[in-house]
Amino acid sequence: MTKVPVQMTVNGEERAEFVDSGMTLLKFLRDKIGDLTAKAGCLQGTCGTCTVLIDGEPRLACVTLVEDCRSGTIETVSGLSEDAELHPLQQALLDHFAAQCGFCTPGMLMAAKALLDSNPHPDRAEVEDALSGNICRCTGYEPIIRAVLSVSGSNACGDTAERERCDGNK
Amino acid sequence: MEISKSYFADERHGDFKEIGQSRQRSDTAGHVRGITPFYADRHVPGLLHLRMVRSPHHHARILRIDASAAERHPGVKRVITAMDVPHNVYTVLSLINIGPEDEPVLAFDKVRWLGEPVVAVVADSERSAYEAAALVRVDYEELPAVFDVEDALKPGAPLVNEYHGQNYYRYDSGASRKVRLGDVEAGFQKADYIIEERYDSSPIEHAPTETTGCIAVPDQNNRLTCYTGTQAIFFTLDNASIILDVPGQRLHFVGGTAGGGFGGKVDCTVEPITLLAAMLTGRPVAFIYNRYEEMQISSARAAERIYIKDGLTKDGRIVARRVRCYVDSGAYSRHSPYGAQKAAAHFPGPYTIPNVEIDCYCVYTNRTPSSAMRGFGVTIADFALEVQMDKLARLVAMDPLEFRFINAYRDGDMKAHRQLTEGAALIECMQEASTWANWPVDSRYLKMSSRERKG
Amino acid sequence: MTLSYQTFSEPQAASRFLAERRDAWLLGGGTILVRRVNEGDISISTYVRLLTPELKQIHVADNTVRLGAGVTMATIAKTPVLAFLAPIARSIGGPGVRSAATVGGNLFARSPHGDFGVALLVLDAVVCIEGPEGCNELDLETFFKSRRQLARGSIVTAVRFRRPMPENFRFVKISRVKPNGAAVLSIAALLSRTEGHVSAARIALGAMANTPVRAHNLEAALKETTLTPRDIERAVVSAAAGTTPSSDAIASEWYRKAVLPVHLRRLLST
Repeated sequence: MTKVPVQMTVNGEERAEFVDSGMTLLKFLRDKIGDLTAKAGCLQGTCGTCTVLIDGEPRLACVTLVEDCRSGTIETVSGLSEDAELHPLQQALLDHFAAQCGFCTPGMLMAAKALLDSNPHPDRAEVEDALSGNICRCTGYEPIIRAVLSVSGSNACGDTAERERCDGNK
Repeated sequence: MEISKSYFADERHGDFKEIGQSRQRSDTAGHVRGITPFYADRHVPGLLHLRMVRSPHHHARILRIDASAAERHPGVKRVITAMDVPHNVYTVLSLINIGPEDEPVLAFDKVRWLGEPVVAVVADSERSAYEAAALVRVDYEELPAVFDVEDALKPGAPLVNEYHGQNYYRYDSGASRKVRLGDVEAGFQKADYIIEERYDSSPIEHAPTETTGCIAVPDQNNRLTCYTGTQAIFFTLDNASIILDVPGQRLHFVGGTAGGGFGGKVDCTVEPITLLAAMLTGRPVAFIYNRYEEMQISSARAAERIYIKDGLTKDGRIVARRVRCYVDSGAYSRHSPYGAQKAAAHFPGPYTIPNVEIDCYCVYTNRTPSSAMRGFGVTIADFALEVQMDKLARLVAMDPLEFRFINAYRDGDMKAHRQLTEGAALIECMQEASTWANWPVDSRYLKMSSRERKG
Repeated sequence: MTLSYQTFSEPQAASRFLAERRDAWLLGGGTILVRRVNEGDISISTYVRLLTPELKQIHVADNTVRLGAGVTMATIAKTPVLAFLAPIARSIGGPGVRSAATVGGNLFARSPHGDFGVALLVLDAVVCIEGPEGCNELDLETFFKSRRQLARGSIVTAVRFRRPMPENFRFVKISRVKPNGAAVLSIAALLSRTEGHVSAARIALGAMANTPVRAHNLEAALKETTLTPRDIERAVVSAAAGTTPSSDAIASEWYRKAVLPVHLRRLLST
């Protein structure tokens, strides 16, 4: 079985590996370079747990071939914080009780990061759109949306009707 | 968050330290860093991959299994059939001291539901395993199938599960779990209104974001480690020990973290076969459900059919209630006999009714075996009971909340299963709900108490 | 069998390769093809990646737009000259899907997906198909009718269409999951008016057949009218006749047929 070389930057570090042809980026990250943060929830590109950034764009690693990522800049949750201090998004999810089982959390973080990197002050609709490819079966999404909005500095609650409903939940 | 201390004030000691305080979950820091170790978050050198060949039929006899082409396929290390399984039946029920056991780990003479595991293929890559699985040849003779709980109980219905000999679980009380109090027929005679309604629920799939699975790794000292997402780790270890005929101390289960369980990861269906594969190959083996398997093959909440017949007086009292509940266990028992029993204990709801007859049946059909899900055995019962309560209230032109105040149980009332009510708080919960939901009720209901029956 | 990945910089070479190898498939964004491999489809062994620059290019000349088949939904959503298509592109999955999903891939997506093709159908779109012998053009409606019978090795390299007057173009996608869920149905409409009368009508439906389809009867019923509520009602009341939507996890056939007139009425009344 011939292997092919791939080279790219992952979380700021140059990586070069020989891989089986046809390998997905998800398998590359998890099995080749040992980054277990991106998850395999569906392998269909429908749940979002494999969301990583490629050149700043949110991408589904389970349906992306690593051979299509040559020279790309990949970001995963592993690169969000280098030391004990958390990235603001991570801290926000912690503060807002926005994780229960935790399986969707890495995908949510990267989808949110993609949004805030290009749009630092999104409104609620933009946050919902940014997370619309990420499924959560535990939290009901609301704590995650609030967490992301809290980092963006926007009002957690939008129009009046939403604010009433929103404040009632506190 | 407020704590309503005015209720049962004489029973409170006022010494809450944790309740009412905001506390961080112990696992969230790991989640946001992405370092929470789910079962598949391991790098295991030399890992083999298991893919299961499953029945394409709802109900069929197995005539012949030919795995020779699969065995020869490049990358395949082992093909496992029923003959390889030391004790080829799940021991879910015997571990809670009831029986009979009724589900093979791998099918041998019959398949009873579409998706039932028949042959396990173990290979050095997922792709090889998929290819080899496609080469396994099983010859079936299709049999008539039954999909509806009441059809399954009719005379002449196809027999689903020979381990039982009939299409229902036989309790010590007979074909159903029974609750009897008073005389419902006499109660119906005294009633001013009688209504009977039927309620149906579909199977409900948990759909966790993490799929079911495990990784079994042979260790030094002739032990096996199993990394698993199960919610029932000790229970699964015991099951595996019996199925594999391996003493429990040789098994080391590592888990306690599930990417969403909700009751769907309690059936022990992946660990025993994966451990067996690791034993037979001497290599670590992963068996990870793909998304199709998670949605279609893994157990769902049982579908239920519930008939509730009530006798009601003009002043809004339920004087007789008869419930017949059919729990669709699918092709095998798993935990459903226990779930149907819980349902029997839960009916007729938190209401004082002098004449009660409950029959809960655990029924076998040729459908995916069902199992636990949040509020196992009681959630669907509550749906039926509370919709029924609303209908009864409408029948006597009463507000649905006020109707429940009248019928709610109080301390000292006899419950249908011959236990005296104690520690009831339904009245107080409804009083509080009335305020918070802005659903006013007459002031006399706000004066009621669970501690005594008045009004 | 191990997987392999072949790149080509020239469409005809890729086309010849695809024609010869039954296990080779052209890769777009991966959302359809890599998914199938992940799920155990062993009929796919070779991914073919076509690297011609034109595949990812957008050309606008006068009012004719040429979209390379490799242009993604994310790119369309942020291209000013295609602003009228942005809402459609943005409705096709979440951001991860949109970063990968291509124009070409969407043309082959199975119902109820393929909403981008629904919009293109009302824009007199033409599909450029590269075969082993060279390039062909096919109008999009004919393409949809015959997409499963294309010669082996055919590659859709581009789509060409006329940019409409924005006020004439309407689109709606009805989903249960919000935002960006798959379609219960989608409707595209291009209505040109002369002195208040509908001089040309194009209506396309998504998820109402096994491909996006034009609703010719509906178009005929609207032509020459002035789009009064009565005109619209008369046209939409039998809109579901002859449609063949599927029953799937999103909606049943019955439901799709029942709500089609409702959504048509709303769209045409705006």
